[in-house]
Amino acid sequence: MKTIRTKDHNELFQEQEYLEQFENKREFEAPWPKEKVKEVAEWTKTVEYQEKNFSRKNIKINPAKACQPLGAIFCSSGFDGTMPFVQGAQGCVAYFRSHLNRHFKEPLAAISTSMTEDAAVFGGLNNMLEGLENAYTLYHPKMLAVCTTCMAEVIGDDLNAYIRTAREKDLIPKDLPVPFAHTPSFVGSYVNGYDNMMKGILSSITAGKKGEPNGKINVIMGFDTYTGDYHEIKRLLSMMGVDFTLLSDAGAIFDSPNTGEYKLYPGGTPLEDAMDSINAAATVALQQYSTFKTMDYIQKEWSQKALALSPIGVKNTDSFFEQLSKLTGKPIPQEIEDERGRAVDAMVDSHPYVHGKRFALVGDPDQLLGLVSFLMEMGGIPVHIVCSMGDKKFEEEMQDLLDSSPFGSEAKVYSGKDMWHLRSLMFTDPVDILIGNSYAKFLWRDTGTPLVRIGFPLFDRHHLHRYPIIGYQGVINLVTMIVNTILDEMDRKTMNTTSFDVIR
Amino acid sequence: MSTIIKDTQKMIEEVLDAYPEKAKKERARHLAANDPTGQCSACKVKANTKSRPGVMTVRGCAYAGAKGVVWGPVKDQITVSHGPVGCGQYSWWARRNYYNGITGVDTFGTMHITTDFQEKDIVYGGDKGLDAALHELKELFPLAKGIGILSECPVGLIGDDIEAVSKRVEKEFKIPIVPVRCEGFRGVSQSLGHHIANDTIRDYVLGKGTLEKSTPYDVALIGDYNIGGDAWASRKMLEEMGLRVIAQWTGDASVNELGIATKAKLNLIHCYRSMNYICRHMEEEYGIPWVEFNFFGPTKIYASIRKIASHFDDKIKENAERVIEKYKPVMDAVIEQYKPKLEGKKVMLYVGGLRPRHTVGAYEDLGMEIIASGYEFGHNDDYNRTYPVMKEGAVIMDDATLYELEEFTRRMKPDMVGAGIKEKYSYHKMGVPFRQMHSWDYSGPYHGFDGFPVFARDMDMTVNNPSWNLIRRKR
Repeated sequence: MKTIRTKDHNELFQEQEYLEQFENKREFEAPWPKEKVKEVAEWTKTVEYQEKNFSRKNIKINPAKACQPLGAIFCSSGFDGTMPFVQGAQGCVAYFRSHLNRHFKEPLAAISTSMTEDAAVFGGLNNMLEGLENAYTLYHPKMLAVCTTCMAEVIGDDLNAYIRTAREKDLIPKDLPVPFAHTPSFVGSYVNGYDNMMKGILSSITAGKKGEPNGKINVIMGFDTYTGDYHEIKRLLSMMGVDFTLLSDAGAIFDSPNTGEYKLYPGGTPLEDAMDSINAAATVALQQYSTFKTMDYIQKEWSQKALALSPIGVKNTDSFFEQLSKLTGKPIPQEIEDERGRAVDAMVDSHPYVHGKRFALVGDPDQLLGLVSFLMEMGGIPVHIVCSMGDKKFEEEMQDLLDSSPFGSEAKVYSGKDMWHLRSLMFTDPVDILIGNSYAKFLWRDTGTPLVRIGFPLFDRHHLHRYPIIGYQGVINLVTMIVNTILDEMDRKTMNTTSFDVIR
Repeated sequence: MSTIIKDTQKMIEEVLDAYPEKAKKERARHLAANDPTGQCSACKVKANTKSRPGVMTVRGCAYAGAKGVVWGPVKDQITVSHGPVGCGQYSWWARRNYYNGITGVDTFGTMHITTDFQEKDIVYGGDKGLDAALHELKELFPLAKGIGILSECPVGLIGDDIEAVSKRVEKEFKIPIVPVRCEGFRGVSQSLGHHIANDTIRDYVLGKGTLEKSTPYDVALIGDYNIGGDAWASRKMLEEMGLRVIAQWTGDASVNELGIATKAKLNLIHCYRSMNYICRHMEEEYGIPWVEFNFFGPTKIYASIRKIASHFDDKIKENAERVIEKYKPVMDAVIEQYKPKLEGKKVMLYVGGLRPRHTVGAYEDLGMEIIASGYEFGHNDDYNRTYPVMKEGAVIMDDATLYELEEFTRRMKPDMVGAGIKEKYSYHKMGVPFRQMHSWDYSGPYHGFDGFPVFARDMDMTVNNPSWNLIRRKR
């Protein structure tokens, strides 16, 4: 039997009868005259509008950041058998879960204590006690990692005392690890939430575990939402023969194989290894901005060497391996050197399409630093760099990086600005390519600038997060994504001209 | 009590055994074996009560109900997420409430606009910043027809007076500035947010729009959020019946349409849960009758068209028959195509709003059977409307937890499950075909004659995709 061709929303609403419906509906909408709308639309592209846009101080429009507990949940979920547990209102947890579900296309369990009006008045103790008992009994975690929503923070819940009370009342076992972190949504963003939770977990579960040095290296990925990066770092460190502990292995949680069985806890950092991390030789973080407090703590309290090295781009990856080699005494193996050669070869092959291209970038601090470094290595010209969660330190660090290359001279760094600011910039000073997360697609729609999807969240393209962006393999993936976006755009623009070439 | 009901009850008891005593007692009230006749008193669930802490409820909050569901889709007003950055971010561009317009110029539906509270706002209050924010928005978006202030948790906790700010600014701007007290800690679920949003529509915009002329056939389409274009598909049918849809709430809605619904002769309500409040109000204050209808699947569509037409004259009644006659062959062809592939398949639903009962008929049109259904945030009146459409012994679940859903799935072995994004991927891991029934899994429309073929196609691709068979299970 011949299949009926079904028209869904993609086609249906472009049909004549719907177009007429939309036009007729205007009768009830009291719409602005079409000319007026057009006029305002054009005005939003002007320098005058940009000035107004940049003078606002009290409202954010399409910012590229989200709140602390999201990062905390992401961090704690990467430990084996660990249930993220959020003290506060329940809607937040529904949001954190769905946000991460949509990016990874993977399940995520997380608990809320469902605080309501009565908790606002009397405090959240009862919610915490019942929540811990229910979560432990029903979901059998090896660890419950507590963070907070803004509700619990505003009313000032005493997490430490509440958890102690739960143990005293035998609602949870005395020896069940229940680390906690305060993660107010009105301070910082998810990179800080990740940091606070990591420090909370490590300081709690390593307490009293100081012993013989284990000779290992601790590795912290930071708020890295590329599952490919987790697999990649394991592969690279194994190749180098480094004995390591990955602290929060989110790659194991958000990239679990389909075996026809739903596992609440599909893997992650074994708790014994995490407990022993205090005895490692050193700790290496692959992000700086999501690990400040943790690394400071490790340095001071554990007296370990703590290095933040972000291996995005060739030079950064070179430096990563050099430092790692120094730290461990292990030589960089030939296989990795070969990978470097392949990555550089790919860059050399593709450089004509990237050299001199102007870029706008929006994203998280560490990724932006890595991407800008990489682009300049290939002759790309960063122009607008927007970091909604950026601060003064980020601005300075980015400026130093830009100053280190002749390709960085056109760039301006916008800390604390949002994608509506970027929209103005892209109209008044157009660029060739935009790099950002899925939400940046409105900028592609409005300005026609092709978008390379790198960052978080990636909702509207599948599986990009499976491809590593760190290390030399990451370089090859970045080259591939960027150069092919440029070539796709070139084809689209030249398809009815003689320049529509088959060999590029 | 029949054996089939007893069997289901036994299964529910087994599932509940895992809970601690207090939670078990409480959860037992929310799970039942269905009795369509309504005679078995133990077969009714308790609804709209607080979720137990720690059990992993699927529910959201009042902000989600007010911002995400009711106010968010209103296209030509700016919706400000007032408070910290997260709530607005997580609900940004996510619900697929389609609309026509130029985003950022005369419409604002897919934008994330927030006051982004910092510590100083918590300490010193956010009213001053809000006032300034509203002024900045007016400068940047001069065509906005209104601004809604959707409160997040801290706003209510620190005692800000957003109503005073709104009142002051509204006088100055001469457009509705609507303070919505939908802090996430209020109430027990999204549901209170719907109610609060309805009340603010009533208080700030209802009755204030302009409509040049009226006809005897003016209706308002209420409780259709135009997910994947649902409301447009519904509107098309109503117009073909000869009715004039003067207001569409709130999918692709304009502020003006919120104002003029009071001029309708009849209010047509699809999502009863989220908008019955305003229909009751319009009935009491303006004498406008309202009628519930169901545009999922031909059986329910035919019945609904006739039910709606029965409120009008013979012309409309005749039109209704003509419309049915026109589309019946198309619907029959869809059924002929898909029913053989879906006949007898068992479906478990766990959704919100109207879907746990309204989609049952559409599945049945395709020969599928609903073996369990439940609401995230239903009330008793939702369940009373659900029992009769479900089979005897089906599981009725209120505010189900991840644990319960997984256990029921294991025991009842549905051929497909329809629920939300938080459930989706655990079902994928289980190898159970799954469809998001909040967002139509990025498809749609599912409403109306244009929606049913899409619904049928999607259920077929869900149940019958060959990749499910590649999953290699451990023996």
